[in-house]
Amino acid sequence: MTHSLAAQINSLLAALILLSAFALLAQRKILGLVHIFAWQGFFLALSTAVIGFASGEHHLYISSLLTLGMKVFLLPYILYKLVHKLKIHRDIEAVVNIPTTMLLGIVLVVFSYHLTAPIRELSNLMTRSTLAVALATVMLGLLMMVTRRHAVTQILGFLAMENGLFFAATSATYGMPMVVELGVALDLLIAAFIFGIFFFHINTTFDSLDVDQMAKLKETD
Amino acid sequence: MSLHPFAIELLQFCLLLGLAPAFAGWVKVLKCRVQGRSAPGVLQPYRDIWRLFGKDIVLAENASWLFRFTPYLVFGVTTIAAGIIPLVSVDLPLSATADVIALVMLFGIVRFFTALAGMDIGTAFGGMGSSREMTIASLAEPAMLMAVFTVSLASNSTSLTQMVSVMGHADFVIRPSLAFALAAFILIALAETGRIPVDNPATHLELTMIHEAMILEYSGRHLALIEWAGMMKLTLFFALGIASFCPWGIAAGGDIGSLLLALALLAVKLMVGAAVMVLIETGLAKMRIFRLPDYLGSAFLLATLGMIAFFILE
Repeated sequence: MTHSLAAQINSLLAALILLSAFALLAQRKILGLVHIFAWQGFFLALSTAVIGFASGEHHLYISSLLTLGMKVFLLPYILYKLVHKLKIHRDIEAVVNIPTTMLLGIVLVVFSYHLTAPIRELSNLMTRSTLAVALATVMLGLLMMVTRRHAVTQILGFLAMENGLFFAATSATYGMPMVVELGVALDLLIAAFIFGIFFFHINTTFDSLDVDQMAKLKETD
Repeated sequence: MSLHPFAIELLQFCLLLGLAPAFAGWVKVLKCRVQGRSAPGVLQPYRDIWRLFGKDIVLAENASWLFRFTPYLVFGVTTIAAGIIPLVSVDLPLSATADVIALVMLFGIVRFFTALAGMDIGTAFGGMGSSREMTIASLAEPAMLMAVFTVSLASNSTSLTQMVSVMGHADFVIRPSLAFALAAFILIALAETGRIPVDNPATHLELTMIHEAMILEYSGRHLALIEWAGMMKLTLFFALGIASFCPWGIAAGGDIGSLLLALALLAVKLMVGAAVMVLIETGLAKMRIFRLPDYLGSAFLLATLGMIAFFILE
């Protein structure tokens, strides 16, 4: 595999990650969201492995395996179990403004392209052009957290943001130090457990995972 | 020995006029086979057109000149498109007169007049069909332009022949932008040619019909021309997809040998393309009409992402 071919494959994977970020924005079914999230993790792991191979930074293989284990199997499995336990696997979220959200998403992609343009000029890594995609993935995850009302969807938006950050690290500097990556992975795992506990609490208190219900907690005077 | 460019142009017109019904028949045969029904035979569309030409025309009393004029216009304009899209060779004199934007405009003219003719008689079905068709068109056309523009960006030209010669001889590069554009193009082509997730081509007198509702009042040779033009439009969309995304093998000049090779390759590509479409059509159910904006919106999104991916990643 030559260097330029690896860069092309990485570009393709970046495009797929971006596409899955948009698919997360558009998907209404909760289980569908979990599946798309798993796919995004898979593309991310693949891209990390490709970058690791092309750059010779072999610790990226470990992060790739870690991503594969965490984001493709473990986290989706935990979410899947949660969704079934809470009996919301048939839920379809009532989001009305998906086309508007998509247009906003496109604006965000263009914005992140402009934001990272100077870095692109300075860097000489083969992954410099995918930095814009990584930033866009972070922004799209944020947009998802802002526009959706379901607690599980918001968590998925958060996890997608983390995917974007991880991708940004690999494309800007060929990955963070191993210790940091292990720490982040552990944090994510703990976060997933805490989210699970929160879901149960929200669900038992309000009989719904719609976070708009939390407005009821406000004292009206 | 090589053909004069105008002879190639003539050959393309004859190819499209002659082979479009066979292609439509091939699609129908495949679809019947896949769905476990007995197939009517590849030549059935020719017999249908022949039968319709032999029938008398029944015209409503209040039909205006527009209603009688539309079938000829639809047929003529669709045929012109065959002079622009490179089917077997890029050496087309007519292609200098119209680029891909003009091509989308040509399809727009066809749609505009069909919609007007649908409303001309004043039946409820015609108006309903026209209104639905224009709703879809208003969303599909920008997406279509975006998808084709992505290919134009990659080849630095909006002329179809130029696009084919650049893309056909480029080195192998993985281009995410083209993958997005192709996905968008497939979604749009299904909508524009009235295939299953959007419209059912086999339906008559159902409340869900779109294209059929507009041409419900046509009969005799008018209907024959419109149906023939419909088959040509289906073939042209496939040809456009092949020219934009899979142009390998289209001849560079008028050399007889390479023309024959291009013809054989075109037949193979059309057959494979038809099989893909039949699988899509069999695998999906027709969509509710209120879901169509979502469907066409995602096509537009894919096309735009393709264009953005070109700037960011390539």
